[in-house]
Amino acid sequence: MARMKKDLLGLEGAGEREINQILDMAASMKEIMGRQIKKVPTLRGKTVVNMFYEPSTRTRTSFELAAKYLSADAVNISSSTSSAVKGESLKDTAATIAALGADVVVLRHPMAGAPHLLAGTIKPAVINAGDGAHEHPTQALLDLFTVREKKGRISGLQVAIVGDITHSRVARSDIWGFTAMGASVRLCGPATLIPAEIERTGARCCTRMEDALEGADVVIMLRIQLERQRQGLFPGIREYGRLYGLNRERLALAARDALVMHPGPVNRGVEISHDVADGVQSVINEQVTNGVAVRMALLYLLAGGGAVEAAD
Amino acid sequence: MRLLIKGGTVVDPVAGSLAESDVLVENGVITRVGRGIAAPGAKVIEAGGKLVAPGLIDMHVHLREPGHEAKETVETGCRAAVRGGFTAVACMPNTSPVADSRAVIRYILERAREAGLARVYPVGALTRGSGGEELSEMADLKEAGAVALSDDGRPVANPGVMRRAMQYAGMLGLPVISHCEDPDLADGGVMNEGYTATRLGLKGIPGAAEEVMVARDIILAGLTGCRLHIAHVSTAGSVRLIREAKARGIPVTAEVTPHHFTLTDRAVEGYDTSTKVNPPLRGEADVAAIREALADGTIDVIATDHAPHTPEEKDVEYDRAPFGMVGLETAVGLVWTELVAGGVISPARAIAMMTVNPASVLGLEAGLLAPGSAADITVIDPELEERVDPDTFYSKGRNTPFAGRLLKGLPVMTMVGGKIVYRR
Repeated sequence: MARMKKDLLGLEGAGEREINQILDMAASMKEIMGRQIKKVPTLRGKTVVNMFYEPSTRTRTSFELAAKYLSADAVNISSSTSSAVKGESLKDTAATIAALGADVVVLRHPMAGAPHLLAGTIKPAVINAGDGAHEHPTQALLDLFTVREKKGRISGLQVAIVGDITHSRVARSDIWGFTAMGASVRLCGPATLIPAEIERTGARCCTRMEDALEGADVVIMLRIQLERQRQGLFPGIREYGRLYGLNRERLALAARDALVMHPGPVNRGVEISHDVADGVQSVINEQVTNGVAVRMALLYLLAGGGAVEAAD
Repeated sequence: MRLLIKGGTVVDPVAGSLAESDVLVENGVITRVGRGIAAPGAKVIEAGGKLVAPGLIDMHVHLREPGHEAKETVETGCRAAVRGGFTAVACMPNTSPVADSRAVIRYILERAREAGLARVYPVGALTRGSGGEELSEMADLKEAGAVALSDDGRPVANPGVMRRAMQYAGMLGLPVISHCEDPDLADGGVMNEGYTATRLGLKGIPGAAEEVMVARDIILAGLTGCRLHIAHVSTAGSVRLIREAKARGIPVTAEVTPHHFTLTDRAVEGYDTSTKVNPPLRGEADVAAIREALADGTIDVIATDHAPHTPEEKDVEYDRAPFGMVGLETAVGLVWTELVAGGVISPARAIAMMTVNPASVLGLEAGLLAPGSAADITVIDPELEERVDPDTFYSKGRNTPFAGRLLKGLPVMTMVGGKIVYRR
């Protein structure tokens, strides 16, 4: 098994082998989650600190449960309860947490590059749980896991990502991840929400949703934030939903067995209609389950636990 | 007091020539320049193999005093200047309080006199408090010693105010130095807009934010007749606008920083906050256009925009870090390594862009190495190599993206008014 790097900061530059290694490990973890007693002693005595400088329910809980299923001790720190409110710098807070004995630090931060700042200064492994508009690698890994599980492959698939690409860390990590695994990525959104020169990543861009959906095997819908309207980036929810909302008619343009995904939380009736969000092609809830498995795999690989088999 | 600088290659930036000559300095003034000068009793400085240039002038620095002494003081800034080969600096008015009054200008000059190192030429604020609304008392500022006017770092957004400010400054014969940036187009960006910003998830500042303002200010220079100097040009589009304006006879000059002719926005990868600067490091095509403009004369001046910050301020998330990098102590090395050794410009042109050209923009009697002029002299060893080590800086600032970079061609002696203020 190839050795993991110390940290997981992003998927840019990650290779197929590295990603498959994580996904294979996640499959073992998912099996553990399916047991009657879904807890193994693999990471007993290890400490995982979740530092969340942004509101988050699913990602934080997912990391916390992943740590607990592996018997690690998990501590959560949010920006409102951290000494950040007393003016302590991120670096100093992290150094303190490292000194307290953390083995893995999971960081969610509103600013791009914050996990890099940590990784460069502290010894514990750093996992990027989303940094500004940069990357959200564990979300992309759970997307990859879900697609691989459902489709049996990733290579050769057409993946459409629709919405606010500019501000989406999920889109960036998905681009790197799906491209590395041999899929083709199409991006779609209003011109004001497509970042400069994004096509140099290898993804294709369009502004008409119909073009993005045509024959797609996977449709990943992104959350649109109302704040972007106030910033003058699009005229309003009504027109946005009309141009970029995923409904049953539009979904019919995609492959018959296309998967519908969303990183959550979903704006029902805006970027995705009720019937599609809850429809047979939607795997939104399975994404959440798989997220725990993927994060268990990463904690295991980065915290250097004992063999998983020994858990039985 | 007699000093003889012997056997060096004297650079004449006006004639664009280099010639082996001795330079005799008596009582702070250059008295003779020529071959084989005999000066019995004079202290001899051997300069064989070295370039003897008029004292270099950096017309764009931030000395931070008064108000931000943790970043830099007039004294530490001047120490950095002379170590970097600069005998004079022009300092920007974004201090606290802003240099928009006679009192602040006088304070800066007083602190410079106390330091007794480089000459300091304060730039006064163009508008009161650099607020971009009311004109500053420009005549007062001029009398106190301001050599130019600028709202550097806080560009005047209102074109009507800018027009009146340029009319008034023009009346007084003071140049206006414009930091060209449209705040609404910059819109909180932290680096150049482009593929690197997209990959890093950082908010971009489009080149258009600069170019729109360059175009506006060129048009206003045409309208008012005021001399306009464009600070730290960073884009190919700005270069085109300036080139075209010059061809039409608009009174515009322009400067470029060493970081903008050396680095691209790729340097931001890894989120090193020492690469965060305004205007931001741009793309390859921009750097190429700037180098071309340095060579063809579109750009007149090389200036550093020396902007020291404390480590605490810079050791934070990229979005949170202040803009700016130090430049005084790496400028000559970068000019020599990147531009002269790189074949972009000749040694004489490089010196002109740091001597007579800035002197001409600011209306200073400086930048010449000739009998009768003050003995402000910089000696450069074109063969001397050294890796940049921020811990050796005389500046309080350590915020440089060039740490560890090998530079060849470095200042070895700096003389101001006949006094050796730096020697390595």
